Order: sequence, then structure tokens, then C-alpha cells
Amino acid sequence: MSPAKVEDIPVTTVDKDDNMSVKPDDGSGKKVKIFARALNLYYGESHALRDINVDIYENEITALIGPSGCGKSTFLRSLNRMNDLIPSARLKGSVYLDGIDIYRPDIDVVALRKRVGMVFQKPNPFPMSIFDNISYGPKMHGIRDYGKLEEIVESTLKAAALWDEVKDKLHKSAFELSGGQQQRLCIARVLAVEPEVLLMDEPASALDPISTFKIEELMVELKQRYTVVLVTHNMYQASRVSQRTGFFLDGKLVEIGDTEQIFERPHDKRTDDYIRGRFG
Amino acid sequence: MNAVTEQSLTRKTGSRAFKERMIVWLLGLSTLAIILPVIAIIYFLVRYGMKAISWEFLTQMPRNGMVEGGIMPAIVGTVYLVVGTILIAVPLGVMAAIYLSEYAGNGRFVRIIRLSLTNLAGVPSVVYGLFGLGLFVLLLRFDTSILAGSCTLALLVLPLVITAAEEALRRVPNTLREASLALGATKWQTVKNVVLPNSWAGILTGIILAVGRAAGETAPILFTAAVYYQVYVPRPTDAGFLREPVMALPYHLYTITTQVVGAPAELQWGTALVLLALVLGMNSIAIIIRARLRSKRW
Repeated sequence: MSPAKVEDIPVTTVDKDDNMSVKPDDGSGKKVKIFARALNLYYGESHALRDINVDIYENEITALIGPSGCGKSTFLRSLNRMNDLIPSARLKGSVYLDGIDIYRPDIDVVALRKRVGMVFQKPNPFPMSIFDNISYGPKMHGIRDYGKLEEIVESTLKAAALWDEVKDKLHKSAFELSGGQQQRLCIARVLAVEPEVLLMDEPASALDPISTFKIEELMVELKQRYTVVLVTHNMYQASRVSQRTGFFLDGKLVEIGDTEQIFERPHDKRTDDYIRGRFG
Repeated sequence: MNAVTEQSLTRKTGSRAFKERMIVWLLGLSTLAIILPVIAIIYFLVRYGMKAISWEFLTQMPRNGMVEGGIMPAIVGTVYLVVGTILIAVPLGVMAAIYLSEYAGNGRFVRIIRLSLTNLAGVPSVVYGLFGLGLFVLLLRFDTSILAGSCTLALLVLPLVITAAEEALRRVPNTLREASLALGATKWQTVKNVVLPNSWAGILTGIILAVGRAAGETAPILFTAAVYYQVYVPRPTDAGFLREPVMALPYHLYTITTQVVGAPAELQWGTALVLLALVLGMNSIAIIIRARLRSKRW
């Protein structure tokens, strides 16, 4: 039997045995897109994620903050199973996308990654033209029609607020773009495969303030259509763009809540210390 | 002005400066020592060999017990063998390199394979020749032929091709693989569309080395492909072409320098010069392609 594709599995609530609900308990009526339960991850002997339980709401930006090495990027990479690529990584617990455990043995990782796209810390365009960068994903998923590809390129570049800057040089190298433009190109490239979730791993950390501002504007725009999970070193960025913020420390999720609450009235002293710049 | 400051800025003549100059000389002389023999070889080959080079020399059969005439069959035979070798070794080698670099991981078994490859590259070519004789000529009944010779030479150059290709594949940054996989591309799609296109320049380097080896080796074809003399030069369109033996430049050179009594030295120099020019010519083609590929890199 070929592995079931994520999109083929009907969107239902979790098995009764798991005793988990897709809806959060707070009665906000918001839909949980992704949730992790008792998630533990080990790199060889080192325990990188410890008992993570978290709900990610649909059409919101969830920011994950914390000092370097706290596990926030590792957590992000466990949401589209990029950690599978690291031979020493072992995972326990589960991550659910629309109520389906993405670590189930019959899950097709390729289909999962199509639905859960990722933008990396450093812009990593392919050594190809701008057009080919964007059309790469759709082509890999079987779209061959050139007219259709042109449409996708235009619409995603517009969605990534890059169209006006590059429309006259679509067939030039992606490396001719500035760092900020390259990063928006990478965002457009992800949008081209029509994901539902965008994982962003410090997408602006290598960029200048103006490019950073553009990326942030873009993120706010994107949350209308996508569920965004943003890992960031920059607390101000988290407070500016996100609806909810989670604070990671030493592989643990110390607390997560509404961004305003986290920044103004954190429950945990360690969160308070970090936000006030006492460490990290 | 402070005397100490000024002294600290002026040129030194002490032992440290002396050492520095000595090192530069030593390194430079070492480089010269390597280049000089190469220049000498080319100089003497051209000086004594050019006299032999003529249209007739390149296009005629040897005559009069090989002391006169041309070396056309040997040139053609060497081209056959090199092309055959590349056709076998490159697809096999590149596929093996892809497996080792992209799929196999870095376990104990894979490390043993890598070590074996390094060792294979050091096996004397005459051993390959005897192995080829046993496996291809006798056991598989290819006889002494282009096919058996190409197979044997392919075994000889495979470690070169695999090592160069694997290095080229590994130089492709992982961020590009991740970008592709994160878009939901499969592993093979990633290899085919992102990793391989960015490795061709390095793979070609391996092919260049392989061409040089395949064209120049005598021992591996001694028992598997080469003949002393042949009346008819096989053509690729002939039936049973691959099962025909051929003359080859390195073997012909060996023959006319040691076996044929009374072959003029001019003939020997000329043959060596043609062999060198052929290898350099094939390499130049690969180098031009590689330069094209590099300049096309975005």
C-alpha cells in the first residue's frame, strides 16, 4: 500500500483514545491548526525539546522567542519534519495538523511539507532565475503548463510584495536581488506550492531594518490566508506582528499566551526576566 | 618623534624577515621543480616529434613492418577505447557517487566503501589488466576487444570519477537541499533538479582525469584490447564492432620503441606527441565545457 497523503485523510477530530480536542479550552472559538503533545526531541544524548504542549491557532501569527539554543528552531523544524534529515534526531510524542498525527508511519512527508511550508533564516534561493525559483515547487508537484506557471509566478510575487521590483527581470538570476528581496523571493517560492502553514525561522535576522520592516508587513498580510509560526530572536518583532507568543528556555516551553499578556504580564518570572533583558 | 615608534615601523633585517624570504624561495623553487619536467617533456616532444607529424602520418596505416607510414589505426583505436571507457565509467560512477553522497549516510559500511575506493585508486594498472583478462576476456568471453578494454579501463578510472563526483555533490550547500525538500520535493527531485545541476563542473573534472588515464595507460589494454598490428581498422557501424581488437597509441608506442627493429626515433617521438596532443585535446574540450558551466552559474 502506498503511504496515505495528508490531504487524502479527512479532516476530523483526533481519535477518541487520544482524548484530545481540536478546539482550545479557552472558548475563544478559534480553530487550532497545529498542536503538539508531550513532544520530546533528542539529538543523540542531548535532550533538545522537553515535553512540549502547544496549540497553534489558524490565521494567526504565533511567535516563538527565547535565547539561542533554547529549542525554538528545533521545535519549528519538527512541525514539517525537517528534523527527519538529521540522522541523530529522535522524537517522542506527537504533532497534529488538522487533527492528524504527522508522525504516524503512514504519513507522506512530501505531502506534509507541501502543506506546511518553511522559510529559512538565511535567504536560500536556488541558483536559477527568479521565475524558475518560484515555479520550482509547482513543477515538482506536476504543473507543466507554462501559462499556469506564469500565473503562479505573478500572483505569488505580488503576494510577497516583490512583483513591482522584479517584474522586468524575471529571467535574471535570483542572486542579483538584495538580501531582503531574496528573502521575499523565498517566501513567494513557498507560497507557490499553496501551503496552509508557514514556518518562518528568523526570516529577518540576516536583513537590514528596512527589509525587516517589509518582511514584517508581509507576515501580517499573510496571516489572513495562512497560519504563521515565527521563530525570532527579536522580541520587538514578536510583539509587533504576533497574536500569541511562546517563550522557550532550555528545551522547554516556559509559557505561551496572548502576545500582549506575555509582554506585559508574564506569569513566569523567567519570561519576565528574558523580556526585560535580564539575560539572553 | 619617538625613536621606539619609528623603529617599530621600519623594515626589519633580522632573522624573522630572513626566514620569511627563505620560505618564499623554498616554496617557489618547489613549484619550479614540478613545472620544469613538464615543460621539458613538452619541449622535447615538440622539438623531435613535430618532424614526424604530417597529414600522412595521421591518416595512413603503418607500412613496411611499422618502420614507415602513419599511426592512424592507433589514434582511432585510442579514441574508441576512451569513448567506451567514459560511456561505461561516467554513468556508473556518477550514480554511485549520488548514492554515496545523498542516500547512503555516513555509517560504518559506507566508510569502508570510501576507504576501498581510495585503495582501488592506488592499485597498479597491470593488476587491472590481468583482472580484465580474467573477467572480461576469458570468463565473459569478450575476447581481446574494444568492449573488454573499455570495461577494464572503466574499472581503472571509476575511483577517480566517483571521488571527484562525490566531492562535487558534497560541495552543494545543504541549505539548497533543505529549500527543495521543504517545498515538498522528493529526494530524487531534489538531487536531479538542485544538486546535480550544481555539480557538473566538479564531475567534469573527474571525467578529465579519467580521459587522461584511459588514453595513456598501456598495461590494462595489453591483454584486453590492443593488438600489435591490424590490417583493417574497425568502424563503429561494423557488425560486431565492439568485439574487435584495436591498435592503441600507448601500446603502439611501446611496440615501436621496444619490439620493432629499425623504427626511426622520429616515429616514436611523433607517436608520443600525438598521444599527448590527443589527451590535451580531449581535456580542453572538457575544460571548455566546464568553464561554460561555471560561467552560467547564477
